[in-house]
Amino acid sequence: MRYRFLALVLIGAASLGGCTEGVLDPKGPIALAERQILFNALGIMLAIAIPVILAILGVAFWFRASNERALYRPNFAYSGRLEMLVWSIPAMTVFLVGGVAWVGSHDLSPRKPIASTVKPLRVQVASLDWKWLFIYPDEGVASVNYLAIPAGTPVSFELTSSGVMNSFFVPQLGSQIYTMAGMVTRLHLQADQPGSYRGMSAQFSGGGFADMYFNVEAVTPEKFSEWVDATRNVGVALNAATYAELAKPRASVAPFTYRAVAPGLFESIQVSEMQSDDAMCRRYPTAMRAEQ
Amino acid sequence: MNLLGKLNWSAIPFDQPIIMGASGGVVLAIVAILSWVTLKGYVPYLWREWITSVDHKRIGIMYIILALIMLLRGFADAIMMRAQQAVAAGGAQGYLPPEHFDQIFSAHGTIMIFFMAMPFVIGMMNFVVPLQLGVRDMAFPTLNSVALGLTASGILLVNISLAVGEFAKTGWVAYPPLSELQYSPGVGVDYYLWSLQISGVGTFMTGINFVATILKTRAPGMSYMRMPVFCWTSLAANLLIIAAFPVLTATLAMLLLDRYLGFHFFTTDAGGNAMMYVNLFWVWGHPEVYILVLPAFGIFSEVVSTFSGKPLFGYRSMVAATMSICVLSFFVWLHHFFTMGAGADVNGFFGVMTMIIAVPTGVKVFNWLFTMYGGRIRFTVPILWSIGFMVTFVIGGMTGVLMAVPPADFQLHNSLFLIAHFHNVIIGGTVFGLMAGYNYWFPKAFGFKLDERWGRASFWCWLIGFYLAFMPLYVLGLMGMTRRMQHYDVASWQPWLVAAAIGAVVILAGIVCQVIQLVVSIRDREQLKVTADPWNGRTLEWATASPPPAWNFAVLPQVTDLDALWNKKQRERTQQAQPLKERKFEPIEVPKNSATGFVTAFFAVVTGFALIWHIWWMAGAGALGIFLTMLAFAFRSEEEIEVPAEQIARFEQAHQAEIAV
Repeated sequence: MRYRFLALVLIGAASLGGCTEGVLDPKGPIALAERQILFNALGIMLAIAIPVILAILGVAFWFRASNERALYRPNFAYSGRLEMLVWSIPAMTVFLVGGVAWVGSHDLSPRKPIASTVKPLRVQVASLDWKWLFIYPDEGVASVNYLAIPAGTPVSFELTSSGVMNSFFVPQLGSQIYTMAGMVTRLHLQADQPGSYRGMSAQFSGGGFADMYFNVEAVTPEKFSEWVDATRNVGVALNAATYAELAKPRASVAPFTYRAVAPGLFESIQVSEMQSDDAMCRRYPTAMRAEQ
Repeated sequence: MNLLGKLNWSAIPFDQPIIMGASGGVVLAIVAILSWVTLKGYVPYLWREWITSVDHKRIGIMYIILALIMLLRGFADAIMMRAQQAVAAGGAQGYLPPEHFDQIFSAHGTIMIFFMAMPFVIGMMNFVVPLQLGVRDMAFPTLNSVALGLTASGILLVNISLAVGEFAKTGWVAYPPLSELQYSPGVGVDYYLWSLQISGVGTFMTGINFVATILKTRAPGMSYMRMPVFCWTSLAANLLIIAAFPVLTATLAMLLLDRYLGFHFFTTDAGGNAMMYVNLFWVWGHPEVYILVLPAFGIFSEVVSTFSGKPLFGYRSMVAATMSICVLSFFVWLHHFFTMGAGADVNGFFGVMTMIIAVPTGVKVFNWLFTMYGGRIRFTVPILWSIGFMVTFVIGGMTGVLMAVPPADFQLHNSLFLIAHFHNVIIGGTVFGLMAGYNYWFPKAFGFKLDERWGRASFWCWLIGFYLAFMPLYVLGLMGMTRRMQHYDVASWQPWLVAAAIGAVVILAGIVCQVIQLVVSIRDREQLKVTADPWNGRTLEWATASPPPAWNFAVLPQVTDLDALWNKKQRERTQQAQPLKERKFEPIEVPKNSATGFVTAFFAVVTGFALIWHIWWMAGAGALGIFLTMLAFAFRSEEEIEVPAEQIARFEQAHQAEIAV
């Protein structure tokens, strides 16, 4: 009951601004579970915090110097029982919230696949300066600043960065995760219903950072197949040359797609150049190597 | 070879009216103040009594003056950011291009943490700790002056970056690879690195100095368990400085090697790994949070107990809580980047450790509550700040524990929720504490109280302004807005950002009230004049004159219990008034003034500036200057001067007469 009330208060506060986006309006199992954990932890703590705040204000008011009815106890500085209480209240609270944290970080580990009968869709994500590249390795297409996914299907992400660190984040679907050059992180998300959800970078990455957002378009599986087929018929292919063009720093790039993807392109982005002292190679290591 | 390295006229942004206006104003103000000081003939006085002073009280006051000036600078940045975000909605770009906005938020964070909060905290400890310990100075008075000088050098370098060149555009944490040469080729990151390296050395010296002072020089009879709580929290903070600051120095040194000599510690290629920087940065960064907040906890403990007219409740618990925070703060750093993709066990461990640190913190809140319980609370300005703190900090602590739950953090990390949280604990904790301490110890430093009315007005503006400015950010964080956005396309965020901007203006009103409070108090100083013990205090700083003489105590106090002064006053009240004995005074050795700190600071600025601009001959000359200064100091012939007994007796007689009136 308390959680429901809490949820009402928080959603009410958020919707005051006319907001239906954000982490309090989850559209997938991960975001939903995370909101539940948020409420559980907040509920446990509010049960302590609200009485404490009231007690602080109450005690300060009652024991004001001008109140002659308040008992002055100038030597009251120790009480074994109170000490016991004082240590055990925060300890008990932390015991509960700590349990939530431990269980939660295992249940919702970004590496953990989502249990589902539907075969997951694989998407490879690379953050470039300052745009998002999404590669669909099984479908053989790619898109920039636009992520189409089938609703009700788990999506298994592999993420990396061409250089500067970013954080891949779709609040309504759940967990954000860093994209780091030379490393691949993993993330599993799912959208339950068709809809359009805002995604962005949550880690400052330089001059074009503010425009580094994209739309996640969750559609029915049929429509997704149609989109893939349509995509295969338009635009250019993503290969070393077009990648080098794409990787040049540029902000506010309008969404577009690639009809095909050269094999191993994602791997060539994420593998860091081991020994290159050439300045050009350092600027665009992956593109240079792909060309060689 | 170019004699001026990378420096040329294009370094000064003549085409930027905002920057040129601001820096022109600052330069004019400095010139005006310097010429006023010179014309009035105050230079010898300033040199003798302040700049070369090694008196811990003077050094403490100078630290706090620096901090207050930097508060204005950092706050100007804050107002500009709030104004930008309040207007840059939809397609609008606001009035600050990314180039400029990115420097402003980086400078705001760097200045507020390193050059506002740190000097304020260190200044407060400098002024108070030796007085509370009942001793005459720090363990190493000249080192103290050098530390101040190096902090001032860092401050100067950061402010030079306003007019000459640029500041970092990487955020105050300067994560690589963004802060590497490849992505930040300008001098901005170099300004950041060298100003922090130089001031960091100063902070490290401060840490050593305080730990030595607290461990080795206390008044006769003051055992550890008779030490005031502020001294305990200062000890903990300085132990943290000694353990944590070398990590920062080493981390920044590695980034410097990457940038200057082509190393690959944190680059994206040649085997570098940026996450090593992120880990190391927060190995320093989390203890840093407690370096800032523990002394504030100490201030609240002193203030709450004094104005409740009661000893601190659960003193031993408080000491245990302080020291356990000190140790635990080194086991939580990973909670700053749960989203790195570490395994569930690692995230779970650091999440739970973070919560465990909330236990001793919670204990402190309860102990302050029970200190007020059964008290007779006088609602002065310091206690207002303390109660405002307790309420605000409970909220901030709660949102902190919330973000310590890894899955919750996956949703809240780097959002405005995080910004709201850490401002909630740093403003609500550290800044409120420093304001309480400023109002509480000001009469001790200058011999007159600060005006109560303006003090109250300032407190209420700050408190209301704080809630107005940061509660909307919690909401925005839940709505999915991330930090450091120069503009945004979501229209529904704008009303909340406008509210936050109004909150910042209310805080500005609070700062204005503080300035007025200071001016009014100086004007009315005769009416506000106080003697040794204006608040009916409990600890030894209130046992000596206000302001205290250079030697602090004519006769070192004998300590027999906790709350030494309070118990002495109680005993005197019960005993028969004894006829004043003719007291004998001995001559006292006080440390001699030294220009070492000032000269070192001068050469440190020269070296730092030269390294930033790659002017190698000048860097060498500056480093040599520092070395020769140290050498000259090492070969000094005398380090102390003797204050004759007659002078002390005269001062004491005057002081006694003043108290008797």
